[in-house]
Amino acid sequence: MKKLILLAACLLAACKPADPSNASGKPKVALVMKSLANEFFQTMAEGAKKHQAAHASDYDLVVNGIKNETDLAEQVGLVEQMVAQGVQAIVIAPADSKALVTVLKRAKDAGVLVINIDNQLDADTLKQAGLAVPFVGPDNRAGAKAVGEVLAKKLKAGDEVAIIEGVTTAFNAQQRKTGFEDAMNAAGMKIVSSQSGQWEMEKANGVAAGILAANPNVKALLCANDNMALGAAAAVQAAGKAGQIQIVGFDNIAALKPLLADGRVLATADQHGDQLAVFGIEAALKALKDKTSPADQQTPVDVVTK
Amino acid sequence: MRRFADFLILLAVLVAMIWLFGLLRDTFWSVTTLGNIANRIPALALVATGMTVVMITGGIDLSVGSVLGLCGAAVGVMMADWQWGLPLALVGSIVVGTAIGGTTGAVSVKLRLPSFIVSLGMLEMARGLSFLVTDSQTKYIGAAVETLGAPFGGLVISPAFVISLLVVIAGQVVLSHMAVGRHWIAIGANREAALVSGVPVDRPRILAHALLGSLTGLAAVFNCSRLGSADPNAGVGFELSAIAAVVVGGTSLMGGRGSIVKSFMGVLIIATLEAGLVQIGASEPMKRVVTGAVIVAAVLADSWRRK
Repeated sequence: MKKLILLAACLLAACKPADPSNASGKPKVALVMKSLANEFFQTMAEGAKKHQAAHASDYDLVVNGIKNETDLAEQVGLVEQMVAQGVQAIVIAPADSKALVTVLKRAKDAGVLVINIDNQLDADTLKQAGLAVPFVGPDNRAGAKAVGEVLAKKLKAGDEVAIIEGVTTAFNAQQRKTGFEDAMNAAGMKIVSSQSGQWEMEKANGVAAGILAANPNVKALLCANDNMALGAAAAVQAAGKAGQIQIVGFDNIAALKPLLADGRVLATADQHGDQLAVFGIEAALKALKDKTSPADQQTPVDVVTK
Repeated sequence: MRRFADFLILLAVLVAMIWLFGLLRDTFWSVTTLGNIANRIPALALVATGMTVVMITGGIDLSVGSVLGLCGAAVGVMMADWQWGLPLALVGSIVVGTAIGGTTGAVSVKLRLPSFIVSLGMLEMARGLSFLVTDSQTKYIGAAVETLGAPFGGLVISPAFVISLLVVIAGQVVLSHMAVGRHWIAIGANREAALVSGVPVDRPRILAHALLGSLTGLAAVFNCSRLGSADPNAGVGFELSAIAAVVVGGTSLMGGRGSIVKSFMGVLIIATLEAGLVQIGASEPMKRVVTGAVIVAAVLADSWRRK
């Protein structure tokens, strides 16, 4: 019933032209996420809701997510609905770094402030569209490099290593892969294989098992997220190589804790997931208050080893 | 005799693939690789067994990937949060799977709705429930669940592989030699004819879906045991792998014809292909192109043989 009313409200709002200058004075911020079914985005959204609850007098928050991380059309629709609802700012984690640019341009033309979090919009596409969107978020490449450097200290130059990548079309997956490569090349390691585990535990498990069988001398597996690190750890154990192969991950999810504690996983990166959306919202609120357009802002990434 | 010839052709394809990957990568012909493949397939083998039965009756179940995720999520909650032991969690997972499969079957059969649509709805519901019960978090279970998926008795294969092999054999015996198996085939071949010749047409179909659900529940436990964790996202797209394996094994999408042992050959072919492509270091796009092409080629070969 609530959903129906909300839907009706959306439809009504869509009929009227958007009115970005909110009469009540309290700005309305829309957080448009990727899949809320994903633990990482769920944490991000929870952090944002907590922040809003603590600052309820400063702004209103609408949180929306898409069902499937690759359902771009649904996310485009969400942005359109938020514009129609007359929000003052949209903080978005784009499901695709290019495909969302057009609709965000429309949002900006309608007078809505747009802040990009999580997955950075493609610079060339933004330029072509004549759009400037500030990115507030972590440097995935630097984070992955820092994790790789911790790993390099446990290895010696010339050791064979392999990378388990995320979804190869995703910008953060590419950045993490590059960061891992930076650290490994700098330390003189030999990258013998680099394959995608599609961000998924089960897929990564199969890929890791294959890499271990094909390259018996591999000394470390660098995984672009923690779910894949869990899958890789299981593969190492199944191969009877527990303790001989170092694993690193990225994200610092709760399920990884026991593996960090007993050393099956050496290190991961914490990009403070619960704060990522909050950083974006704060940047948006500041810009709305000062009536300025914010600049890109880097948020901290820490290496976690226990 | 004809059926045995089909089996030999699948076996030849499998051997040819192993031979080819071995030429491309010398580490492929090893006990480790064969062990890897054997320990990776139990979940797919179980679900393909159930799917074969459902497809023989002329139905289909698109929800198995989500049900696998939900049953795994249930295992995660039972073992990580409630500290239940593995035997209890195993029973719990099978109960959840059977209940969902049975519901899909009952709704589709009794309300005369295509199982394609009912299971599509179930795909969404089960995935949603999987996220709900885990609060969208991966659950780490650890050693308590790992025994089933780990190699045992100094061998390279796991108990999960042995159990799935036994299920495949038992399934084939039921299908070929028991009354309910003949009913499944008769219903799939011609439901009207089956009905007039006194074959019960409703109950066996619901049973087929419930059986698939229970096997999916068991598969979820095997999946968790191999990974030591429960991932609420597990099994996305798994239904397509299962259907592909069944179709590669020569089971008809129209029902009335199929073999569980041949579906298992389909599982082996798909798993060998996956493992081989990883070992030769194929890129992600190439992996998908090749896998798709092999599926189509296998079905094409099957349809030519029948002409």
